[in-house]
Amino acid sequence: MWTLIQIELFKIFRRPRTYIAFAAITGLIGIIQFGLKLDGDSYVDFMMRDINSSITVEGKILNGYQVCYIVLQILLVHVPLLIALVAADMISGEANMGTLRMMLTRPISRTKFLLAKFMATVAYTLMLLVWLAILALFVNMLLFGTDDLFLLKSQYVVLLKKDDIFWRYLWAFGFAALAMTTVAALGFLFSLFAENSIGHIVATMSVIIFFTILSTLNIPVFNKIKPFLFTTHMIGWKEFFDIRVNDANEAIIGSIQNPQKILHSALVLVLHIAGFVTASIVIFRRKDILS
Amino acid sequence: MRKVLLFLFTFHFSLFTYSQDMTALVMKVKAKLDLISDYEAEGRMKTDVAFIKAPIGKVRVYYKKPNQFRLKKDGGISLLPKGGVSVNMNTVFATTDFVSLASGEAVVDGIKTRVVKLLPTNETSDIVLTTMYIDEANLLVKKMVTTTRENGTYEIEMTYGKFARYALPDKVVFAFNTKDYKLPRGITLEFDDNEKQLTDAEKLKNKKGRVEIRYTNYLINKGVSDSVFN
Repeated sequence: MWTLIQIELFKIFRRPRTYIAFAAITGLIGIIQFGLKLDGDSYVDFMMRDINSSITVEGKILNGYQVCYIVLQILLVHVPLLIALVAADMISGEANMGTLRMMLTRPISRTKFLLAKFMATVAYTLMLLVWLAILALFVNMLLFGTDDLFLLKSQYVVLLKKDDIFWRYLWAFGFAALAMTTVAALGFLFSLFAENSIGHIVATMSVIIFFTILSTLNIPVFNKIKPFLFTTHMIGWKEFFDIRVNDANEAIIGSIQNPQKILHSALVLVLHIAGFVTASIVIFRRKDILS
Repeated sequence: MRKVLLFLFTFHFSLFTYSQDMTALVMKVKAKLDLISDYEAEGRMKTDVAFIKAPIGKVRVYYKKPNQFRLKKDGGISLLPKGGVSVNMNTVFATTDFVSLASGEAVVDGIKTRVVKLLPTNETSDIVLTTMYIDEANLLVKKMVTTTRENGTYEIEMTYGKFARYALPDKVVFAFNTKDYKLPRGITLEFDDNEKQLTDAEKLKNKKGRVEIRYTNYLINKGVSDSVFN
């Protein structure tokens, strides 16, 4: 199995398309860092315009932790599209090149073959996230320094102490890995259906965009279906940055406001991954491979 | 007619003398505060505003005559009421041109106090009116309600302890009005629909904010650099 995964990883990293995602993330984060370094104060003023009417916020708001949060908020909506570039090409790419039938003549079960490909996709997804973490968290900590984290939520604001942030990011990236694996599993499932990779990539992207829009719309009729959409749970990483308060309205350092919600979202994502992978195996085992 | 005139004269005279007494009392409190030319204090600050989730933080407070005041958090970000907690006794007393009017008596923290209203005579002053609750026996301001031109009304309650002889409080509770806070979910990217519907009582409570500072130590008249206030 390990050899199979290694072969698949070799194939993934041999394709130039794989590096588009790494380049795109580097470019996007670079631009955000450049912009915030150059004119971060204006951005902070814009961000604080509502809260400033009754509260004065003093201190280094634009620090590495803050920039990392901004980057994650922007990018974790778009990274799925970059993952789809590779995931949706895993089977259809082989079919397109005419190598799928030949590969399946080897004495390996279809399930094992498919799982090796999926594990390689997950490995690629994790590498992309590690790259994102290096640039968004560690490079920003170096560039902007570290300080308390001030976050604006829709109904309240949260102030996290400097020493109470890093562990939250580690968990948030862990959760993001789960969310991105869900996208990878979806793209992987779609890649079974035809020989043209572009169609699957676009289909995966369309589903993500469609579901994300449904998740964002605050219309009562859609609120019923929101809990069942994986895109609603993909932003569960943000819950790590919400803190609990005691009866005296003092924030409890080291606490999370709603850990059950994170667990619920993680469970929904795991179920989606399991569902997509199982469906992929079932379909692939019955599929008549003609290319 | 003579009786009426006598009554009016006596009433006016008594008001005049009463007003004079209040000025004298205010000047006595001011004189006590004037013994301090600067101080640096350490404390712990708690921000209690309905829409803010913040931990208790260590703060350092600097004051220098006549009215320089700065509150700094020991590292990190601090959340302060608009206009700052710089509205304090020293800044109020920094103004020498005011009219003081007696406004009765009240009990604050179980201590009988004189209620004095201070009206600045300077028309450009940011402070419009200050009501002080003065503990006459100890010459301490127990409570102060200040209305400012720009930032609304502040209520400040002071509890004294080991630094009472300098008229410096051990605890200051600063109450102020807050405005509603709400951001569109499209901006904050929150998808869930669990918005809490507030009752009228909760909405009213949410409009009040409190900042509490408990001072642990004061360094009085040891000199404070001007650069601290920049």
